[in-house]
Amino acid sequence: MDWLTRLLAFLSNAIVNIGAWLQGVLMGWGLPEPSALLVVRAVGALAVGFFPLIVVIFLIWAYRKIAARIQGRLGPNSSGTWAGPWGILQTFADAIKMIVKEDIRPQGIDPIPYNLAPVLVVFASVMLWAVIPFGPGGSLIGTDLNIGIFYILAFSSAALFVFLMAGWSSNNKYATVGAFRSVAQLVGYEIPQLLAVLTVVAVAGTMKMQGIVGAQNVIFLVAMPLTAFIFYMASLAEINARPFELLEAESELVCGYFIEYSGMKFGMFYLAEFMNSVAVAAIFTTLFLGGWRGPWVDQVPILGTIWFFLKMGLVILAWMFIQLTLPRLRIDQMLNFNWKFLTPLAIVNLCVTVLVNKGITEAFPGGAPVWTRAGILLLSNVLLVLVIWGVSALGRRREERRAWRAAQVPELEVTA
Amino acid sequence: MTITLSHVLFVLFGLMVLGGAIAVVTVRNLFHAALWLMLVLFGMAGLFVLLEAPFFAAAQLFIYMGAIGILIIFAIMLTRAFMRQPMPRANEQWWLAALLAAVLLGVIVFLILRVGLNEVVNARPVPEHTIQVLGVTLVDPEGYALAFEVASVLLVMALIGAVTIIRER
Repeated sequence: MDWLTRLLAFLSNAIVNIGAWLQGVLMGWGLPEPSALLVVRAVGALAVGFFPLIVVIFLIWAYRKIAARIQGRLGPNSSGTWAGPWGILQTFADAIKMIVKEDIRPQGIDPIPYNLAPVLVVFASVMLWAVIPFGPGGSLIGTDLNIGIFYILAFSSAALFVFLMAGWSSNNKYATVGAFRSVAQLVGYEIPQLLAVLTVVAVAGTMKMQGIVGAQNVIFLVAMPLTAFIFYMASLAEINARPFELLEAESELVCGYFIEYSGMKFGMFYLAEFMNSVAVAAIFTTLFLGGWRGPWVDQVPILGTIWFFLKMGLVILAWMFIQLTLPRLRIDQMLNFNWKFLTPLAIVNLCVTVLVNKGITEAFPGGAPVWTRAGILLLSNVLLVLVIWGVSALGRRREERRAWRAAQVPELEVTA
Repeated sequence: MTITLSHVLFVLFGLMVLGGAIAVVTVRNLFHAALWLMLVLFGMAGLFVLLEAPFFAAAQLFIYMGAIGILIIFAIMLTRAFMRQPMPRANEQWWLAALLAAVLLGVIVFLILRVGLNEVVNARPVPEHTIQVLGVTLVDPEGYALAFEVASVLLVMALIGAVTIIRER
């Protein structure tokens, strides 16, 4: 077992070890230390940037397989040309096909914004990964910023104008309408998402990603299920998953703001969409499922990374099942759900959770026991759900009574 | 003085902001002007990062690029026949805008000269936990609690006003 312990110890510090080794090599070549450090950092940043790409390539394959099974098909397989066992290399083939495709420029486009938009959309998706903690300690996270989660929200919000850029510069009515629609949806659902994140930050007491993970002695999904629900719904809308898949409603908009793109430019929008889905799953894991925390992580730190990816896989699986089984909402239903249900709910939830949390802190001067805090928060969430249910039932009954009364009005007599 | 990475980045972001700002007022296409404005705002965020104020950098991205920039693009798209080319570069109020910009520049230069250029360049080290300090100061009665509350009331009033305007009668 000695070699196993040593292997695990090496793996746990693999990134630090590789970094130190690389720095040593570079300094051996005569580079001064700051420059060597810069190169090592740049390589690390490149690795963080490429990582989601690799994940997404296999995720696309998994998505197509699962989608096929749900729809009673086989999905990518090796019946045509050989694409690996179970068609696992299909995505590589697709990517190569997209890269070698002719670069088609529609007439009347605005060339610079048109060509810049796919680059920027991928840039924004890659940037999200800088603060996601894959494991304990400082080596398995790009950079543990003080503002952690706010950085993610800021980048996903700042990237919205790229949709307008793509939609408008394509010189296509459907693309422009799709761009307007996507901004209306994404800006709208940002609000409940932000409020849910604010609730988490208030309870965790920090915006640092590792700090939020550290605060989850009881995972926040258990302590604050309502917040998790709000965040998950808003995230589904943010990543354009099926109940909210109005950005590329084929029957209405052909395919949304990137209708005029083809080849690898289209591929980049597709990639960014998948990358955002994975990023949202990673954020959900970090905020509500305790990130890399799990049994035996203290002994074997590398296990944290495995826990993280297992949890993230579950979130992605849930997203795929929802995406593949639910029909699409109408645009008015989508907007009503956000502005008349999710946003008020998020505001009330924020107020209640923050007050209850503060109350617990005041009631236990020496620090509340872990399960007490989680239990009281959970209780407040359950009560809140019951109250909201009651209020909405009352409102519905009043609506029904009004409709019934309106129906009782005798018909006007028509006099000749 | 040795040139460090932060100097290079400062020059880069500075060029981004200045070049973008010049482009905003000189391009003839309003949509392009809005996109250049986005570049300016992004460069400003970069400058905030160099000043070790990450919270402001993120707020810059979130509020200016994510909200105000989008709003500006929407306003341009909805209120003007902006596809028509070419647009005049300036309207008859250009001298007023130039005057205001010159006054603002004068005020900034005056302030820098009053504080002293050395004082500006050799800034004191940034304290740790700036966000916590910011948060506490905002709600501290000794700090900016009053201003914070006034701003909140203003925002709520704006919200209610918006709802009143768009309400169906």
